[in-house]
Amino acid sequence: MGDWLGLVQALAPLVAAGLCALVPTDHVRSLIAPTAAVAHLGLTLFSLFGPSRPSVGMLGFDAAAAPVLLVVSLLFVACTVYDIGYLGATRHEGRAASARIFYSCQLALVAALTVVIWSQHLGLTWVAMEASALCIAPLLYFHKTAHSIEATWKYLLVSSVGIALALLGSFFLAYASLHSGSVASLRFDDLVAQAPTLSAPWVHAAWVLLLVGYGTKMGLAPLHTWKPDAYGEAPGVVGAMLAGGVTAGAFLVLARVHRVVVAAGIGDQADRLLILIGVVSMAVAAAFLIQQRDLKRMLAYSSVEHMGILALGLGAGGIAATGAMLHVVNNGLLKGLMFMTVGNVQRAYGTKRVDGEVIGETRHPGIQGLLRKRPITGMLFLFGFFAVTGSPPFGLFLSELAIAYGLYAADRPVVLGLYLALLVVIFIGMGRTVLHVVQGVPAALPHDEAHEHRTRDTVTTVGPALVLLALVLLVGLGLCPPVLRLAEAAAEGLAP
Amino acid sequence: MNPTLLPGLTDALLVVLVLLNLFCLGTSRVGALIRAVGIQGLLLGLLSFLVHRHASAWTIAVAFLTAGIKGVAIPRVLFRAMRDVRIKREIEPFIGLTTSMVLGAVGTALAIGFAERLPLRAADASSLIVPASLSTVLTGFLLLTTRLKAITLIAGYVLLENGVFVFGLLLLDAVPFFVEVGVLLDLVAGIFVMGIIVNHIQREFASIDTSHLAELRD
Repeated sequence: MGDWLGLVQALAPLVAAGLCALVPTDHVRSLIAPTAAVAHLGLTLFSLFGPSRPSVGMLGFDAAAAPVLLVVSLLFVACTVYDIGYLGATRHEGRAASARIFYSCQLALVAALTVVIWSQHLGLTWVAMEASALCIAPLLYFHKTAHSIEATWKYLLVSSVGIALALLGSFFLAYASLHSGSVASLRFDDLVAQAPTLSAPWVHAAWVLLLVGYGTKMGLAPLHTWKPDAYGEAPGVVGAMLAGGVTAGAFLVLARVHRVVVAAGIGDQADRLLILIGVVSMAVAAAFLIQQRDLKRMLAYSSVEHMGILALGLGAGGIAATGAMLHVVNNGLLKGLMFMTVGNVQRAYGTKRVDGEVIGETRHPGIQGLLRKRPITGMLFLFGFFAVTGSPPFGLFLSELAIAYGLYAADRPVVLGLYLALLVVIFIGMGRTVLHVVQGVPAALPHDEAHEHRTRDTVTTVGPALVLLALVLLVGLGLCPPVLRLAEAAAEGLAP
Repeated sequence: MNPTLLPGLTDALLVVLVLLNLFCLGTSRVGALIRAVGIQGLLLGLLSFLVHRHASAWTIAVAFLTAGIKGVAIPRVLFRAMRDVRIKREIEPFIGLTTSMVLGAVGTALAIGFAERLPLRAADASSLIVPASLSTVLTGFLLLTTRLKAITLIAGYVLLENGVFVFGLLLLDAVPFFVEVGVLLDLVAGIFVMGIIVNHIQREFASIDTSHLAELRD
């Protein structure tokens, strides 16, 4: 089976999910989940900084897993703390599903994601990835509105079809290994060892299918169509784990497959495809970020942008690949921060649309004056925006800079030019929406003391986001050398 | 059981599989579609039994599990969803039934052509496994892209998975047992969740026409 530590780390949240399904009260559930998260983080830190572990069998810890596991663990802790305040505030909304389902699915999702990260076997990876999609479906459907059904249906169908193609791609890779006369295997290390003898046409076809499959999971354009709908309708805290954790896991799988493909000698074609998809993703994101009126859809397109940047980094290789691994950490933490913050905004204003909307009988005016209405959430949103668009001194600036330098070093001036231009366009496009939201005066409404009290900033609803922002700042200021080393080691581990 | 002993039977079953694909594209009755998908599932169980060289306890278990899940469980879930939402026919496909059958036939021809271009091991070169697999995948895609009713779309997804499964027959023992079981369990759980969603779509919109699901856009 492989490393027992991976098994324990995956089982911890799974057992907690089972407990959450069984215990009768929400209060107990809100204690179980953070406990499991802290245990998960502890095991992560032990794998990262404890004695090095040989990678044998199906579950194994390698350098590439480290940054992704760290992000998922940190988000897990942040999300379960945020859950306490969030589920408390939504309890009066009659229609929403129960906290029982919410907690169970959230914990099971982390368990599946942990297996994806530890899995050294493409088949096991696939099973865990598909299981994660099934845990996500009830979370997307949490509010049980017509819109959330639509989003859940689209997500399930698109991601299932994508992942089915990834299975075909995995089988192609196994056949490439069988064809070369070796013992067929789906372990990444075996495939890399056999790479020189693998049948090139099969590897090529496998790469295209796996890129489409896991690219759908990441939400690379043009496979991103489910993303704005799913992230738009999901509760903010679910969006945090999807945009920060699940996409990072899918990227890790793609990077591991990329290692096999490069070793098999068709790295050039693979890299060209990655860079093309990366630029297209950034361009599509830029187009939809200009004049975006829906805050959660704005974050979804920002996620498409950052997935594109990851693909670019992986495709350019060298220092850009290190940048991409660091980008996984920065993007994950920041997406967590932004989705939680926008969740707070949506509760405070009753809408996530900048220009307001009519829900049922109530007309919600547009979102303005966030800094006055909710000062802490407002500050988080503003600084989060600067961080997420790659402004110094936040960590994302470093990773985007490393990728830019990598593109320069790889002698790709046109791609570099497009990359920088699109970053500027996205900064301006998002900036207009964000500044509109934080500035000004909130629309005058009849004062509703109960609503204001219920949706106020509390320790649990802004605390996790503050910590995530502080972490990204530390990375950016160079005060987190271990994280930089993890990214370097990960990129090294992924190089053939 | 050696595939060289029973190549005729394997190939014959694969031909039936491809004919069922065309039937799926040509029928307008959702019940017939589900039945055809179920028969394919039973065939897949039989095939996975036939192609394994050594009939161990594991291979027999996988064969039975495949037939049970793809041939019985999934059709049951789909039939139940169909009864719950009271729908019998796919009324307005984007393209006509005859046209989709022709497209399916063209797709199958292309699959045969494509499979010939990929290098196969000497032992597999004569088998229809690769073309049948690709043809089934393409059929699933056609259903997914040209139909509107949610249940037909799920059937398309099952066909797509069936196609992938057929390709897996080439890999014999390369895929560990519990991965194979994991894939099947994921599939049945996925179909079950989709069935539930279909029910909710029906309750919310009084129809399972997915053209209602077009509210979310930029």
